[in-house]
Amino acid sequence: MIYPSGLTVQDPTEPRSIDQKDEKAGLPAAIDPAQLRASPPATTLARETVFNVEGLTAYYDSAPAVRDVTFDIYRRMVTAVIGPSGCGKSTFIRCLNRMNDVIPSFRTEGRILYHDVDLQAKNVDPVAVRRRIGMVFQRPNPFPKSIYENVAYGLRILGLKDDLDGRVERALQRAALWDEAKDRLQESALSLSGGQQQRLCIARCVAIEPDVILMDEPASALDPIATTKIEDLMHELKRDYTIVVVTHNMQQAARVADMTAFFSITPGDEGHRSGELVEYDDTTTIFTQPKDKRTEDYVTGRFG
Amino acid sequence: MATATPSAGPAALQRRGRFRPGDAILYVVTLVAALSGVVLLGLIAREVLADAWPAMHKFGFHFLTTTAWDQNKKLFGAESFIFGTAVTSFGALLLATPISIAIALFLSELAPRGIRAVVTPLVEMLAAVPSVVLGLWGILVLGPFIVNTLAPALHGTLGFLPIFSTKPSVGSNVFAAILVLTIMIVPIISSICRELFLGVPTELKDGALALGATRWEMIRGVVFPYARAGIAAALILGLGRAVGEAIAVTQVIGNNVAIHWSLFESGDTLASRIASQYQGADTALQVHSLVYLAVILLVFSLVANVLAQIIVRRVAGRHSVR
Amino acid sequence: MSTGASTSDFFRSERMRRRRATNLLVELLAVAAALLAVAVLVIVVASVAKRGAGAINIDFFTKTPTLLTFGNPPPSGIANAIIGTAIIVGIAVLMALPIGILAAIYLNEFAPKRLANVLTLALDVLNGVPAIVIGIFVFVFLVVGHGQTAIKGGFALAILMLPLVARSTQEVLALVPDSLREASLALGAAKWRTTLSVVLPQTIGGIVTGATLATARIAGETAPLLFTTSLVGNDISTDPSKPLASLPLFIFNSAEQADPKLHEQAWGAALVLIAFVLVVSLLARVFALRSRRRLAGER
Repeated sequence: MIYPSGLTVQDPTEPRSIDQKDEKAGLPAAIDPAQLRASPPATTLARETVFNVEGLTAYYDSAPAVRDVTFDIYRRMVTAVIGPSGCGKSTFIRCLNRMNDVIPSFRTEGRILYHDVDLQAKNVDPVAVRRRIGMVFQRPNPFPKSIYENVAYGLRILGLKDDLDGRVERALQRAALWDEAKDRLQESALSLSGGQQQRLCIARCVAIEPDVILMDEPASALDPIATTKIEDLMHELKRDYTIVVVTHNMQQAARVADMTAFFSITPGDEGHRSGELVEYDDTTTIFTQPKDKRTEDYVTGRFG
Repeated sequence: MATATPSAGPAALQRRGRFRPGDAILYVVTLVAALSGVVLLGLIAREVLADAWPAMHKFGFHFLTTTAWDQNKKLFGAESFIFGTAVTSFGALLLATPISIAIALFLSELAPRGIRAVVTPLVEMLAAVPSVVLGLWGILVLGPFIVNTLAPALHGTLGFLPIFSTKPSVGSNVFAAILVLTIMIVPIISSICRELFLGVPTELKDGALALGATRWEMIRGVVFPYARAGIAAALILGLGRAVGEAIAVTQVIGNNVAIHWSLFESGDTLASRIASQYQGADTALQVHSLVYLAVILLVFSLVANVLAQIIVRRVAGRHSVR
Repeated sequence: MSTGASTSDFFRSERMRRRRATNLLVELLAVAAALLAVAVLVIVVASVAKRGAGAINIDFFTKTPTLLTFGNPPPSGIANAIIGTAIIVGIAVLMALPIGILAAIYLNEFAPKRLANVLTLALDVLNGVPAIVIGIFVFVFLVVGHGQTAIKGGFALAILMLPLVARSTQEVLALVPDSLREASLALGAAKWRTTLSVVLPQTIGGIVTGATLATARIAGETAPLLFTTSLVGNDISTDPSKPLASLPLFIFNSAEQADPKLHEQAWGAALVLIAFVLVVSLLARVFALRSRRRLAGER
């Protein structure tokens, strides 16, 4: 078993913790998009599995939202989940960090293994899970506290109070928000623009140094410029975190993702429409040589 | 410097026990607090019933049909008080209903925004006047007014009616109690109705107006039917308030154990009789009889309140948007 | 519908005139009703102000009532009643506020829907129990055989206050958007921390407003005190283990006496009470409006 405590085969020169990385090379304030999008396809690097999803079916009461999903999610890549509305993308991604627990009528069949641990086992603590698997939501939801306190919230919970200021600053830098926020840390987070608020939510998430970051349509509520900044961030963040992003925007998936999973809606038995995984492959393959006709129809814009 | 990165082995993800201690503590503490309402209701019912029992055992249901309150004869009965409660409460409801609904209509449909903003809090302030102050005003201001001006006028013109058939000698009479109770329940009924009327969907109202209905026709045809159940609940709640009011009533009603048809005679209600005895309930039987009165009040208020609340909840469900 | 009727006929028809008249009548009645309500309020408040103003002086607030003796005793004060009310109401708030807030937290954050409905119904029904019955309850439950104390009077007031605080707190808790709870949970915060660190701070303004209004309500209640803290002397006391004087009971007792000087004292006390209740209610509503505007502006 290999745990992400620093012993990985992938890239020995990539340091694990935020602190060491900063010492290595100062984070550039502006990220050059052209440079990032030229990163090599993921298939040439050795892949370590973070999630094994096995036969996952999710129900709200008796109606299945997604059916029989099986695929693997790999470390330090951006995995996009795309598909038409109602295909269960959000339901699926929320299973990965047990956020669906808050819905009383929700239940699942099948397994999700996170580093070979069954996430849905009875003896697994959802709070501990969410500590390691963070989430950024569709609508930015900063706390009505100051910018500083938003980022510090998670740190305080964990008792990481040493060098609180430093950790907050680094988290804001990783989220490409430091320059815009450094002079107004005590101001209310709600005074930021929508795009800035979403980057603040990302900073809040990375401050506690998770293993995985889940993003549920993170840019759909933002304007195009803010969206570009978020996408650039994803390129940057995947150096340290595994990222799973749900998006209804195909072009966004093509731009940011290394792997893409295409979900679609199938009319099931008794007329229940539910979602299922149709195809999962390198992004390039999905968009240029899809193997399933439904995938081809979707990515060429014939439907959905 | 500590790194935050957690390991992901099975042990690290495991729960410690079934619940986190913080969650468990908060859950239990808040649950106990939330049960307090039910617990108190049960306690009240039990204790009041238990203490009234000696009188209930002695008098049984005859208590409800006896007009008497005599500690020498050891005879106590609630009949005159039930009568008094019925007359004052329904009398107040009769007066208050049209006035409250009219006020609610004014504040929701007819008044311009500026006037609405001023008058609405004023009406609610009327509800905030303590009952003892209203009672004081009732004895010293309203009472004399009734004796000197209002009653002679009513007696003179409408004296053939049984309710106005006698001439009042003191300002403390059933009529004063009805007026005071009306003042108390109008703000309650009108504020509930105002919210009800404001909650009628605009599309429904516009539909009627677009057909050429006048404001009143729209109100009668759309608003009232829509708010019908809620108005009923408001009236029940207002009635419950009137029935339970002890202080203001006992100050103005005269505390007389008798049944009269004329409103200008003194009388007593269940609540006001209890309040009037607080200083001198000498014998044990008298105390138990007083608590028996409280039992009758409690039963009525429970029934009325549960009924009103059920109506409110069903209305909210049916219209789904409050 | 007759063909050949012109539009001008339509507007001048007898039926239309009748309908217009009815409408006008109803509108006038509605205005009259509202005016009536405002007039009554003005009359009552003006009566109290006019008749009570004469009693207001420094002595009123610092001296205690003189015992009724032969002859005309000089009018004195209500210091003991003011202090007593402050203590009794304070006891009631200390009892009802924490329990009410905690109950609201359970009902809104933890309770399954059906249980929440039942418990909320119980609180609403408790709200409708007459104050005199609650006074009798505390009398029978605590006072009989043990004697009156200010604490028992405060307990009776707390029973009145509990449903008010619980309901108003529940309403502000429900206003906090679920997205905030999700944000906190997604960071790995446990439910208790989410509730206490994220949800509750959002509701402080609403809780303060609700508690203030409830306090103003119970400060004017007389019935619960009748059987629990009414046998008092005329001296100033702060001992809650004995019955204490109170403003509402002072008014209640003085109103029944024949002596007009006592009536003036009663009016004065009524003025103090009404001023307190109305001013506090007004402040609470202004505060509520301001905090609602602030929250709306931030979003």
